[in-house]
Amino acid sequence: MADPFFNEMYGEGGLRPPYQRLEGWYQNMPSEFRALKQAEAEDLFRRYGITFAVYGEGGDPDRLIPFDMFPRVFSAEEWRRLERGIKQRARALNAFLSDVYDRGEIIRAGRIPADLVYRNEAYEIAVAGFRPPLGVFSHIVGIDLVRTGADQFYVLEDNCRTPSGVSYMLENREVMMRMFPHLFQENRVAPVDNYARLLKRTLASVAPAKCDRDPNIVILTPGHFNSAYYEHSFLADLMGVELVEGQDLFVEGDFCWMRTTEGPRKVDVIYRRIDDAFLDPLCFRPDSTLGVPGLMNVYRSGGVTICSAPGAGVADDKAIYTYVPEMVRFYLGEAPILENVPTWHCAKADDYKYVQEHLAELVVKEVHGSGGYGMLVGPKADKATIEAFAAKLAENPSNYIAQPTLALSTCPTFVEEGIAPRHVDLRPYCLVGRDIELVPGGLTRVALTEGSLVVNSSQGGGVKDTWVIAEE
Amino acid sequence: MILTVLHQTRYEFEAPVGGIIQSLRLTPAKCEGQKVIDWKIEVPGAVMGTLFRDGAGDYIQTASLRASSDHIEVTVRGTVETDDTAGVLRGHRERVPPAAYMRNTPRTEPNRAISDLVEAALTGHDAAPALERAHLLCAAVSEALPYRPGATHAHTTAAEAMNEGAGVCQDHTQVLIACAHLAGLPARYVSGYLNATEDGTPHEASHAWAEIFIEGLGWVGFDASNKSCPNEHYIRLGSGLDAQDAAPIRGLVMGGAEERLDVTVVIKAQQQ
Repeated sequence: MADPFFNEMYGEGGLRPPYQRLEGWYQNMPSEFRALKQAEAEDLFRRYGITFAVYGEGGDPDRLIPFDMFPRVFSAEEWRRLERGIKQRARALNAFLSDVYDRGEIIRAGRIPADLVYRNEAYEIAVAGFRPPLGVFSHIVGIDLVRTGADQFYVLEDNCRTPSGVSYMLENREVMMRMFPHLFQENRVAPVDNYARLLKRTLASVAPAKCDRDPNIVILTPGHFNSAYYEHSFLADLMGVELVEGQDLFVEGDFCWMRTTEGPRKVDVIYRRIDDAFLDPLCFRPDSTLGVPGLMNVYRSGGVTICSAPGAGVADDKAIYTYVPEMVRFYLGEAPILENVPTWHCAKADDYKYVQEHLAELVVKEVHGSGGYGMLVGPKADKATIEAFAAKLAENPSNYIAQPTLALSTCPTFVEEGIAPRHVDLRPYCLVGRDIELVPGGLTRVALTEGSLVVNSSQGGGVKDTWVIAEE
Repeated sequence: MILTVLHQTRYEFEAPVGGIIQSLRLTPAKCEGQKVIDWKIEVPGAVMGTLFRDGAGDYIQTASLRASSDHIEVTVRGTVETDDTAGVLRGHRERVPPAAYMRNTPRTEPNRAISDLVEAALTGHDAAPALERAHLLCAAVSEALPYRPGATHAHTTAAEAMNEGAGVCQDHTQVLIACAHLAGLPARYVSGYLNATEDGTPHEASHAWAEIFIEGLGWVGFDASNKSCPNEHYIRLGSGLDAQDAAPIRGLVMGGAEERLDVTVVIKAQQQ
């Protein structure tokens, strides 16, 4: 029987070109050497301080996320198409955000229901009518992709707020280059290490009009207890900018200032890694101690830029997701290059009925859920689990969406017995400022358990280095 | 009518505090029936941010005191010319879509008593125009919650006020918002001033009421405390989802000690 899953190395008629030079590499690798290298990788990750949490999933902060040494590889041609599709989507999402906080043309045109947008909790009344610098709301767009065939990619979800995981993209490459330098001589792997430089350029490009010098950029973190704290400090180091907590900043007059030993220093751009609700206790949650009181007043009067812009979350809601291809057509007048996964909204009676009747075939998720919790993977669930889930679903159908189970592609992965195909996804990080930039790569997550389709690290997932082979 | 306002708010702290920051929604915007003749905010010793206008059309300004201080005093003086527009808000520049005001906050989240109130008020009026239904809700809230100062406090939610069975303008407004939402009408909290005594004797002149969005008419004010719509005796300062969101002063004290709050508001109608 033919493999129902597309194997990215051996799919459709044998060894695929981007993986050509990796076959000999793993076949000639003695198992003791492999074990040695695996231990070395773990040692390196521990030394770098990379620990468990990706995507705000939480979990044991001291646990290492498993790293698989077998790279995931794209050809230059494959990447060109992905790149066009990702940039197109990032443009459309930003156009949507600047529209719904302005005139809402897409709603007036009847292409997206008003209630879905304006009644959404992520729609921030506080920034209605406000246009951030260059009209950009989501400066770092993380787009989660899966592949089902040689030319078939689907977008699983968009992340317009503060997608995490990019430190893994950078560290995975660093570790691979240290451990297997010759692989990078044999393969023309496009570099990703300019990500931090591009991120800094992107952030600088959206400095407020009032900033008349080299912009002072900071990263605002909730603090060391946050599961992604490592990434915050890692990115601050790479960009050469200050990593600050709310208490390090204060508002006075029309500006936001950073406390330094030489006195207050004006802050122009804040790459925040805290949620809207916690940004400013004088505008949002009054009990927040993580934010900066008065910050939203400075932001709305043009004294500082906040990245991502408050309110950007309304574009990456799972209920809005269905409409992203419509955004591409509406704002860009283009055909969407990347497809959405067909989605049923249980809020709609017809859809809910279909979902009820096909639970065993579908993946059902909470509209606001993340991290692979609280979802049903129909084909993997037994009857009792499905029945229990159906009861939960009936309590509040509008809280759920359903999608078909996709035949996720596989990539060879090191296992006890050698290598074996394991399912993978991909999150590239698209930067949006004056230019739209995408480094050739991203974070590949891999479901390490045989047959598993859940790649979340909280559910036994690992990560891989992601290669794009440069043109000859 | 010409109304003059003198509004003083003084916060006193037991010990000097590390710093104070406030976001002031204390400047009325121009709209039909409300013209600002002069208006001035003074906060001695504070660094003031530039006045800006937010998407809801409110004027906002930051005030901060960095130096160690044991008090902060905000004084508002102004003169506004008003007219009766039967409660209808017209000529007010704002950018927030009314549908965004369908959401509840913890303070406007309805409980059983509130949904019962809505049902009782609207039974038999399903086909009534939205404006009429809004009036019915306003009257029902007014009857359900007799005005009783001290029955509730600054953080009382709509549901708590209903359980208490009494309240002040803040409670009336939050309950009315919850009711309007249940009836499918966008609604929001408005803070402002009310000139309630003919002779200008001092009284509780800081006031709050609800605005309910009526298709075809726009935002219409409903004052459940007085079972009426705002008229020329009202000055509108700004709006929000609830009392906290629409507060004229939202502040934070760094290294805060016990505070004492003194507020005096004097509104007078000038002889014309």
